[in-house]
Amino acid sequence: MRAARELHDGDVVFVGIGLPNLACNLARATHAPNLVLIYESGAVGAKPERLPVSIGDPALVTDSLGVASMSEVFQWYLQGGRIQVGFLGGAQIDRFGNINSTVIGPYAHPKVRLPGSGGACEIAIHAKRVIVVAPLSARTFPKDVDFLTSPGQVNKYGTRRSLDLPGGGPVRIVTDVGILAPSLEDGELELVAIYPGVKAEDVKQKVGWPLRVRRDLVTVEPPSAEELHLLRDVLDPDHLYL
Amino acid sequence: MNKVMTMREAISRFVHDGDLVVIEGFTHLICFAAAHEIIRQKRRDLTLCRLTPDLIYDQLIAAGCARKLIFSWAGNPGLGSLHALRRAVERAEPAPLELEEYSHFGLVARMSAGAANLPFWPLRNYRGSDLPAVNPQIRTVECPYTGEALATVPALNPDVTIVHAQRADASGDTQIWGLYGVQKEAAFAAKRVIVVVEEIVEESVIRADPNRTVFPGFIVDAVVHEPWGAHPSYAQGYYDRDNEYYVAWDEQSRETERLERWFKEWVYGVADRAEYVKRLGSETVARLSAKPRISAGVNYGY
Repeated sequence: MRAARELHDGDVVFVGIGLPNLACNLARATHAPNLVLIYESGAVGAKPERLPVSIGDPALVTDSLGVASMSEVFQWYLQGGRIQVGFLGGAQIDRFGNINSTVIGPYAHPKVRLPGSGGACEIAIHAKRVIVVAPLSARTFPKDVDFLTSPGQVNKYGTRRSLDLPGGGPVRIVTDVGILAPSLEDGELELVAIYPGVKAEDVKQKVGWPLRVRRDLVTVEPPSAEELHLLRDVLDPDHLYL
Repeated sequence: MNKVMTMREAISRFVHDGDLVVIEGFTHLICFAAAHEIIRQKRRDLTLCRLTPDLIYDQLIAAGCARKLIFSWAGNPGLGSLHALRRAVERAEPAPLELEEYSHFGLVARMSAGAANLPFWPLRNYRGSDLPAVNPQIRTVECPYTGEALATVPALNPDVTIVHAQRADASGDTQIWGLYGVQKEAAFAAKRVIVVVEEIVEESVIRADPNRTVFPGFIVDAVVHEPWGAHPSYAQGYYDRDNEYYVAWDEQSRETERLERWFKEWVYGVADRAEYVKRLGSETVARLSAKPRISAGVNYGY
């Protein structure tokens, strides 16, 4: 719901599966009817009649604006600078918004082998803004990630500016207790908003580094009755994601 | 030229031990029928390449057909791990499996280079990522015009690419609608191409709608008619994705004993796809059959 509110009407959004998918469809049903949904599978301007189970669901094609090859999606839409918003998740997100979706532990002998990048690396590099959606916990938010799949604001290779990365990287980390955003000075994630009933102290316990709290910390408005109705009864009636 | 043959003949003639094999299709049109025939014919030491290995390569790996996997996202979408793949990587069961890992963009670019007969493909990617550090095939080149450092990936030229499609004529002129992923690039990059279709149509049907053609028959070696050959994946306008099968595979593939029974029932225990579809049963077929959503034609006249 918070992720949906981060989307502007008319944005061209690169949609992932799961919660991002739900957030985009909620935004489309409320304040952003002109949102253009692009899926890495090639569906452009999708208007799915059912909540897609995968990013290659046939319902993304029926009634869409167009179908592109994946080569066009990555070369022309994403690398071509046509995507305003990319959504990412990950097994680990560090204090600079770097994301790991490859391995837990060393690459050669991983403790857990995760699915890998998929389109995440290039989305993190090219989308104008990246919104990360993940539940907050110390395990998911360590100080450093085990593997840099998708670059955040700063890492051992440099800053986004020194690396000349075309997109803005992660600008909002939407979690289940509050929202983090990179500081303008050094790119480190800080707490910028919390949900009603959540204390900043509790949020600090849930990340693996000393979390800074922005001076103008805001409390987010709870979801409206209409938003809740849309989410629970219309967009996800089978409770695939909620 | 009539290239229509059975799946058995196509696999036996065009897929050899040790080959680099691509069976593409992004969620859509994944040719499980071809993979099952490869398993029945006991091909070994294959290098398998796909963006998303998916259940189809999990099955080939479990059956001991693979030596190496080239991929960019390895999971059961929405459900987690591919268990046979994990057993092969973590415990070398039933055989060790070498991994070569890209992102989607990187692998798409490899196929684009292969199709264009270029040695590599440049892309703005991988800066700030650890992927080049673990895959020495991802390199950089200095742009001769701007001096910019660009990432590069090498061309991929499969020995054989297998494409599932809605329809083709007997010489292999092939039409797809809905998502077509990297099917075109994978076919043009390959030395040999097998096309598997829901329907074989007259050449006049293809010629009546040429914009829907993804590649012409002259790059195709074999045409196989296998209705429902992509199940549990889907074919737009023919049948839906069998999401229940994907969910069931998570349990099905966790233990090797259960998996053995599954292979006996669904792969070794059926002679071909027609028998597989019979075993699938009329209820499943009815549940997944596509509802019509007919597109108006266009005027190709002049």
